[in-house]
Amino acid sequence: MAEERFDCVVVGGGPAGAAAAYTMAKAGLKVALIDRGEFPGAKNVFGGVLFRSQLEDLLPEFWKEAPLERLIVEERLMLLDEQGMVTLSHRNPGFADPPNSWSAMRAQFDAWFAGKAEKAGAVPVYQTTVTELLQEGDRVVGVRTDREDGDLYADIVIVADGVNSLLGKALGVHREWQPDEVSLGVKEIIHLPRNVIESRFNLEGNEGASIEFLGDTLGMTGLGFLYTNKESISIGVGIMVNDLQKARVKPYAVLDHVKQHPYIRKLIAGGEVEEYAAHLIPEGGFHSMPPLAGNGWMICGDAAQMVNAVNGEGTNLAVLSGRLAGETAILAHVRGDYSLGMLDHYNESIRASIVFKDLKKYSGIHGLLSGPERRVLFGKLPGVLNESISDYMSVNGITKEEKQKMLIHQLRDAAGGNVELLRLGLKGWRAINR
Amino acid sequence: MLHIAVCIKQVPDSREMRIDPKTNTLIRQGAPAIVNYFDLRGLEAALQLKDEFGARVTVLTMGPPSADKAIKECIAMGADEGILVSDRGFAGADTLATSYVVGQTIDKAGEVWGPVDLVFCGKQTIDGDTGQVGPGVACRLDYEQLTYVEKVESFDPNTREIVVHRHLEDGVERVQAKLPALITALAEMNKPRRASLPGVLRAARYQPIVWTTNDFTDLDRSKIGLRGSPTVVGRSWVPEQKPVNTKILTGDTVNQVAEDLFTALFATELPGKLGWVQEG
Ligand SMILES: Cc1cc2nc3c(=O)[nH]c(=O)nc-3n(C[C@H](O)[C@H](O)[C@H](O)COP(=O)(O)OP(=O)(O)OC[C@H]3O[C@@H](n4cnc5c(N)ncnc54)[C@H](O)[C@@H]3O)c2cc1C
Repeated sequence: MAEERFDCVVVGGGPAGAAAAYTMAKAGLKVALIDRGEFPGAKNVFGGVLFRSQLEDLLPEFWKEAPLERLIVEERLMLLDEQGMVTLSHRNPGFADPPNSWSAMRAQFDAWFAGKAEKAGAVPVYQTTVTELLQEGDRVVGVRTDREDGDLYADIVIVADGVNSLLGKALGVHREWQPDEVSLGVKEIIHLPRNVIESRFNLEGNEGASIEFLGDTLGMTGLGFLYTNKESISIGVGIMVNDLQKARVKPYAVLDHVKQHPYIRKLIAGGEVEEYAAHLIPEGGFHSMPPLAGNGWMICGDAAQMVNAVNGEGTNLAVLSGRLAGETAILAHVRGDYSLGMLDHYNESIRASIVFKDLKKYSGIHGLLSGPERRVLFGKLPGVLNESISDYMSVNGITKEEKQKMLIHQLRDAAGGNVELLRLGLKGWRAINR
Repeated sequence: MLHIAVCIKQVPDSREMRIDPKTNTLIRQGAPAIVNYFDLRGLEAALQLKDEFGARVTVLTMGPPSADKAIKECIAMGADEGILVSDRGFAGADTLATSYVVGQTIDKAGEVWGPVDLVFCGKQTIDGDTGQVGPGVACRLDYEQLTYVEKVESFDPNTREIVVHRHLEDGVERVQAKLPALITALAEMNKPRRASLPGVLRAARYQPIVWTTNDFTDLDRSKIGLRGSPTVVGRSWVPEQKPVNTKILTGDTVNQVAEDLFTALFATELPGKLGWVQEG
């Protein structure tokens, strides 16, 4: 056992843990930040876009010194079918000024962010895995690590150990994931020279593009992404685990398939794969969020399922929840009360925050994406839409009125009739409006 | 109390280094910095002596300010103090200048914490591979020199005698020496320990002691840095890869493959050279 006691031990040096540690250390609390990686971020995986919002509240103008790749100035949403695509592209000078988001690499960013917490006074304890929580009665009083004399006692433990939260399971707030509550994300980093990226994506200097795509994932529920980095492209897909299981398809086979798509193929042509990674993404959202606090503990970030799968936001919610947990810990420290009654304040601040509100708004998504409608959405719809647009755009002597009718007809067929189309539309609307 | 000094160097992790396809040289940039593999064996040996007999273990390195990370790693494992000898004046040193400065540092550490009885160095560094610094330091200090040590057999604190096994090309040499002595460690010597949690906590807050050229009272400035380094690298190149003729034997049965291998081998000049077959 280490003789030293801490005000708070944070388990996990990802965005959630680093934000919590930074918040508390800055306020003068005695904090230990534990991560199993060689350094925080060493093995962490995400698609690749970091948002200004939330992080800025903690570290104003962080982008002036943080290791980031490119400033995202263009966003594209793409519906892929087997051969073609329908795209919505967006640029607006105001969108990137002040910046909205950047592409980034977690190994650099997380290390930098945790470094901020260290400079504020948090004690780094890396290459150290927390194996269990130390409990006395119904209170969490510290953690056990895999090092010799590895018990560490603290008034509060903040659990931020990511999607597979071992400690969440130990607390009993974390079930084993159901296959329809998680996606498996696979991602490659493909090296391409700077000038090739800039000409292919119509960028200059530090500008970057983000493409999110739907469809052509072999009929399974999933989303794809492609982000430009300085000298590489991050490309990946996230596929619902139950779909992978049913179809008996390996996730990288889906990524390989997408990489062969005639449009995507040209964007990455000539590139060399530098890195391959896979990681789970919690998709259960609102309904899967566990209780967030107890006697002597709080849980945040991915460990608490705080991911907005619809908009690909995770790090920002992790940062916000980490900060809110940190602020509650400061309050608890002042009052000398670490009971659930006190720490429930964190629960309340999450409920009043964008984390809760956004996840609640999209709380129907999970049902939609795991229901039978997903076959239509991810299988048929992109192709039908593309065909319809082809018809509409073709100059072939058919009247516009006729074309409009055909379009609706085709969509209706894809959905399986008028009623079904209406139902799908309604369900879709409800899923994102609660 | 026994005072043991351990000389370490921060080196780029060669396992993670990539080779520049154009120049065929190692790209050091981006490779994580680690404590030289062999030096950690020296530290472990020192810590084992500390565990058994009680000792003060001082770690020292000459290097850039960023080498403080390497020192902290040693502190986490259990070293008492860490000295970072760092100054522009020391930069560009070859093995001659390095061993002079390291010798001076050990002398100075002796003045501060009591004479150094035993010094551990790695057999060589994985980035320079010369293996000259350890013996160089021993000469400067006029200590007994025990190189290529694969095992510390015993130590007697009363007689101050140490028995070690030196791994040589043609066998193992068991040597007894009286302290003060300097040992260079082989990889086989031990398995470096994983730091304990209290060790990690101590290291996280530990600030290495930094000594610059000004901290040494009688440093001969002509013997340090670039000026004290007579080594000239005339040329360096990557040896050309000789094409190797590889043939993979694929027979249906093991016997068939063995047969083919036998035939192929005896079609070469090798058996004659090895004296497997009599000429004629
Ligand atoms: C393929 C993919 C693409 C994504 N794309 C995006 C995106 O573009 N934008 C976005 O904002 N989000 C994205 N996300 C989501 C985002 O990555 C997560 O929401 C975010 O990383 C959550 O942060 P966290 O700190 O909660 O957890 P993590 O980042 O997972 O950090 C957990 C940390 O805990 C450590 N740890 C775990 N267990 C232990 C233990 N027992 N002991 C010690 N340490 C431990 C780990 O080493 C790790 O550093 C993506 C996720 C995936 C998988």
